[in-house]
Amino acid sequence: MSTMTDAAPRAGAAPEPPAWISPLSAVRHGLLLTWRSLIRIKNNPEEVLGLTFMPIMFVALFVFVFGEAMMGDWRAYRDFTIPGITAQSVIFATIGTGVALNTDIEKGIFDRFRSLPVARSAPLIGAILGDMVRYLLTVAMVLLVAVVIGFRPDNGLPGVLAATAVLMLFAFALCWLSAFVGLLLRTPMAVNIFGSLWMFPLTFASSTFVPTDSMPGWMAAFAGANPVTHVTDAMRGLMLGGPVAEPLLWTLAWSLGLVALFFPLATRAYRRRS
Amino acid sequence: MTDAIRAEGLVKRFKGKTALDGVDLVARTGAVLGVLGPNGSGKTTSVRVLSTLLRPDGGHALVGGFDVVKQPHQVRRLIGLTGQYAAVDQGLTGTQNLVLIARLLGYSRPAAKARAAELLERFSLTDAGGRPAKTYSGGMRRRLDLAASLVGRPSLLYLDEPTTGLDPHSRNELWNVVRGLVDDGVTVLLTTQYMEEADQLADDIMVLDHGRVIATGTPEELKNRAGHQVLQVRPVRTGRLADAAGVVESVTGSRTRSTDDSVHASVTDPGMLPEVVRRLDAAGIAVAELSLRKPSMDEVFLAITGHAAEDTAALNGHSPERTNA
Ligand SMILES: Nc1ncnc2c1ncn2[C@@H]1O[C@H](COP(=O)(O)OP(=O)(O)OP(=O)(O)O)[C@@H](O)[C@H]1O
Ligand SMILES: [Mg+2]
Repeated sequence: MSTMTDAAPRAGAAPEPPAWISPLSAVRHGLLLTWRSLIRIKNNPEEVLGLTFMPIMFVALFVFVFGEAMMGDWRAYRDFTIPGITAQSVIFATIGTGVALNTDIEKGIFDRFRSLPVARSAPLIGAILGDMVRYLLTVAMVLLVAVVIGFRPDNGLPGVLAATAVLMLFAFALCWLSAFVGLLLRTPMAVNIFGSLWMFPLTFASSTFVPTDSMPGWMAAFAGANPVTHVTDAMRGLMLGGPVAEPLLWTLAWSLGLVALFFPLATRAYRRRS
Repeated sequence: MTDAIRAEGLVKRFKGKTALDGVDLVARTGAVLGVLGPNGSGKTTSVRVLSTLLRPDGGHALVGGFDVVKQPHQVRRLIGLTGQYAAVDQGLTGTQNLVLIARLLGYSRPAAKARAAELLERFSLTDAGGRPAKTYSGGMRRRLDLAASLVGRPSLLYLDEPTTGLDPHSRNELWNVVRGLVDDGVTVLLTTQYMEEADQLADDIMVLDHGRVIATGTPEELKNRAGHQVLQVRPVRTGRLADAAGVVESVTGSRTRSTDDSVHASVTDPGMLPEVVRRLDAAGIAVAELSLRKPSMDEVFLAITGHAAEDTAALNGHSPERTNA
């Protein structure tokens, strides 16, 4: 050991990592870690079950259990509530973003990435982008089930795509809030509980499942201000026809506001947490 | 040749609690530095500072000649880190874990796959390579973790308590891996609570306690510091343990330490052995075993710190420092 010959040129030498991280390699790192998030979904049976079974159950339960009681005709209720269930499913899925981030940090996985010559932002970018794909899969699943039970929105595919785009924008904004919570709280369990706690009032006290004018005044006021109502209304308008401009503007405003507030907070918490 | 790591006066506080209290540390290139210390002594914190994961509140450190705070990227190009808890992605297979890291390090896809296969082979994980890591045993996960830290062929490897929780067989295997890396010219910084491990692997040892370096030296130097020899007396009846301790103490003049069935004391003059025998006999203490030997690393630790390495010993109240910490 003491007669060390100078660190011999190693066989099958590793590629020399660049002396600095170019924006291009930062993007590459981010995409590689996005790939990781997606593989995790694929490898994880619970994740796959959540992505497929939950939409089936939600659509079936709401449409067939409440449909007749709500609107006297489950088909009318189906058309009313499918945009809402789509939004609700994705908004709930954003909790997973914070939980996954927290788990990765707790398990030291981000430490491993951070000890490599890898862009510091890459793990966060990978987590968020991977989740955007997860949200898209959720949308696709809900709509698939909806189509199976006869959902044929008036505005056709363009309407559906536009509504999906609006929802993805809002989900992108909301996932920074979830990321912030995930980076702030100690354990994945706490993140999950905290997330679910305010997700329920947010998604239920909105126009997702019932028209807001059926609610008592104070509740209708809350639901009217609730961004989930705006998102749902915008999606409804885009898919089925009806007013779009106002809810769309509100959705944009809320999304911008959420990003403006929680993107800096989350990235700061991310840099601090280690 | 410059030292692989050179740190001076590292300080790290967590909400008023001082985890590192002015740590100086040198790791010679190509050698194994063993950082020895009980729970909470600051081993992990040191590793995290030296691997750029934590910013120190004071002092500075050069790794491979680069400053850990000002040039973290350059430092990261040199190091591999195996943390105290296996940091493998449980949702990915063994192969995917290693491929991901290789790809992050700039390997092409085929090269990444080849490197992953090579490492899986080296750590006897080839058969498990296609399974998600959450199906691995603890030992397999640790091996995968170590493999992950070697993907980029680091010239400096941090191992934070790499054998904690491993069975003796896996521990031996890991020791051999470390020896192999050292033969390849890799510098290793290894933290451990096990004196034997430091003794087996380390060229230099640094003992940490409460965030301070309380001793440095080669394993031999540290052993010599603990007194030349250890006298061990095992009475036939454990009920006479206290009496035996009294006798040994009065003859040797050094403090004794008792285990379940025997009394230990460090001895500088082996010539006092006959006197111990005589006095035990006079006191009517029947002796089952009486021996003089080189101190173990545990005793070295005790001699240096004034308390035993294991928490249990510290909790028995023999250690004022820890109880009021
Ligand atoms: N993130 C943290 N926040 C608060 N205190 C911390 C944090 N990390 C470490 N500490 C404290 O700093 C001290 C040193 O901890 P460290 O983890 O470095 O010890 P260690 O030698 O690695 O112990 P162990 O053998 O248990 O792994 C401990 O008292 C610990 O409680
Ligand atoms: Mg530790």
